[in-house]
Amino acid sequence: MTTSDRLAATGGKPALVLRGLAKRFGDVAAVDGVDLEVRRGEFLTLLGPSGSGKTTTLRMIAGFTSQSAGTIEIDGVDMSRVPPYRRDVGMVFQNYALYPHMTVAENVAFPLQMRHMARAEIKRQVADTLGLVKLASHGERYPRQLSGGQQQRIALARAVVFKPRLLLMDEPLGALDKKLRESLQLEIMHISRELGATVIYVTHDQEEALVMSDRIAIFRDGRIEQLGGGEDLYDRPISLFVADFIGESNILRGRFERDGAGGWLNRGAWRLRVGAPAVERAPIEDGSQAALIVRPERLLIVGMGEDGGVGANHVEATVSDVLYLGSMRKYALRLTDGQAAVVRRPVDGEREFAHGDRVHLTWAVDDAVLVDASERSP
Amino acid sequence: MTESWRRPTRLLLAALGVLTIVFLIGPSLVVIPMGFSSSQILEFPPPGWSLRWYEKALTDPSWTNGFVNSFQVAIVTAVVTTILGTFAAMGIARGRFPGKGFVNAMILSPLIVPVIIVAIGMFSIYVRWKITGTLMGLVVAHTALALPFVVVTVSTSLRTIDRNLELAAQNLGADHVRTFTRITLPLILPGVLAGFLFAFLTSWDEVVVAIFLTTAKFRTLPVEMWEQVRQVVDPTVAAVATIVLAVTTVVLLLVFVVRRQAPTT
Repeated sequence: MTTSDRLAATGGKPALVLRGLAKRFGDVAAVDGVDLEVRRGEFLTLLGPSGSGKTTTLRMIAGFTSQSAGTIEIDGVDMSRVPPYRRDVGMVFQNYALYPHMTVAENVAFPLQMRHMARAEIKRQVADTLGLVKLASHGERYPRQLSGGQQQRIALARAVVFKPRLLLMDEPLGALDKKLRESLQLEIMHISRELGATVIYVTHDQEEALVMSDRIAIFRDGRIEQLGGGEDLYDRPISLFVADFIGESNILRGRFERDGAGGWLNRGAWRLRVGAPAVERAPIEDGSQAALIVRPERLLIVGMGEDGGVGANHVEATVSDVLYLGSMRKYALRLTDGQAAVVRRPVDGEREFAHGDRVHLTWAVDDAVLVDASERSP
Repeated sequence: MTESWRRPTRLLLAALGVLTIVFLIGPSLVVIPMGFSSSQILEFPPPGWSLRWYEKALTDPSWTNGFVNSFQVAIVTAVVTTILGTFAAMGIARGRFPGKGFVNAMILSPLIVPVIIVAIGMFSIYVRWKITGTLMGLVVAHTALALPFVVVTVSTSLRTIDRNLELAAQNLGADHVRTFTRITLPLILPGVLAGFLFAFLTSWDEVVVAIFLTTAKFRTLPVEMWEQVRQVVDPTVAAVATIVLAVTTVVLLLVFVVRRQAPTT
């Protein structure tokens, strides 16, 4: 069944729907009410720190763990009580889980044999899939004779050869070094796109999530804290947790004061303007604790004497370190009230600052995001 | 300074090791030359050399019957025990059921309970059921004694295989039976074979239970040896003992070979 056949057969229903999914181990809720809809062909990443419930969620989708509450629908069919071997989802494990007593070709043929496919057809599909992962000539070898990256590609081939409804990946690149990881990220993206596969990908690496995903679900304490595209999460985090987890951020805490559609954040001597869109996205009560989040590349450094460049919001700081990163320069600064700050600026055509320089940090009002900082904040 | 402290300690340790080995296998080694003796009685050291006791061991029907009976009982015991023990180990390692610890303890209990107690218990029931002196009766008894060895070796193998391999099989469409036959069993096969060989050995040289459960019409080799040593004192028993020892040694070597075959992940 090709993807378009399946689309027609399922009437364009979402590939995966989770409703109120929960898993308790004794008194501990590992997953605590997850709702999620994944579109067909979508690449969705479950991102979060260890123990946040992302892997348990994946294992429930695969059927390895039974849920304590909630339902799992795959292609519009309730799979909540269906055993793993009848769910028709493929899974790639972090440690590959290749069969040491079978050759590469036998490993890839295994799911097709389980589906009682004719021998000639199995041979053809195994060859095709090994070609897809660029290991066509390695079929007769044993997994232990391959490198880690090659083993991971075989694991991927084995998980997609039977054209599963979903492709689940549990930190598949976690055991590999950075360079290999980056090239395999691209390869996984290309292969899943070519197959039109719906991918649920688990990682704790935020960069990996940003690079690969159509959407990212940020997990925290067994729930989805925020769900959105990479840009949504980066530019409009809904909490300190998300801001902290995705990318670097400068966090300025203070007391929020409502003023018309917008407002102010009062922090010691500073009174920082908060734009109306930011206030609208984060309904925060007048007078409660809040935080402004500004990404390092949204901050502008202005020399002390050049007050003409200073916008509505600015704070004073001292440059403590300058790190040259090739195309960018990263500044570590200390605000006058002692808090650390980070700024990233392109190297070309900008004035350079040095250790010890006293400067203003300024930003456009709408480049800052307002979040609640009253409780549950890291 | 450390050297001068070390050398005498090492020598002492080596001497202790050699003594232990002599103590452990010395008695078995004494039997070997006695079987090749020209003497009419069991004596050590032998006054001269001869092969006639081996000739007698391999032709006299009371001995050859003993060989055949022992081998049959040991093989059937090994097959039955391996099948039961493998499933028991799977159940204990993978299953979730109440009283698992109790079941495990019961399976391992023949290792702890004195054999003579097991033998007396079985004897009193076998007499009532009139199954003393039967092959299957002895096989059942030996299976109970050998079961812990299979369960232990298979459990050890099960612990070394990655659970994800079985999960992956289910994920790829294999139900529990096919996951076992295609993935789990091939991976634990060295442990299963080692268990088979241990079960064989357990039955092959078992004498206490066999004395109670066999009769003059159906005797295993160790029982025959026991009877003969009490009545006759010619060196045939030493020749038979050497053959038994040789079989045991070969089987133990097989265990080592089999264990080496464990696939590496």
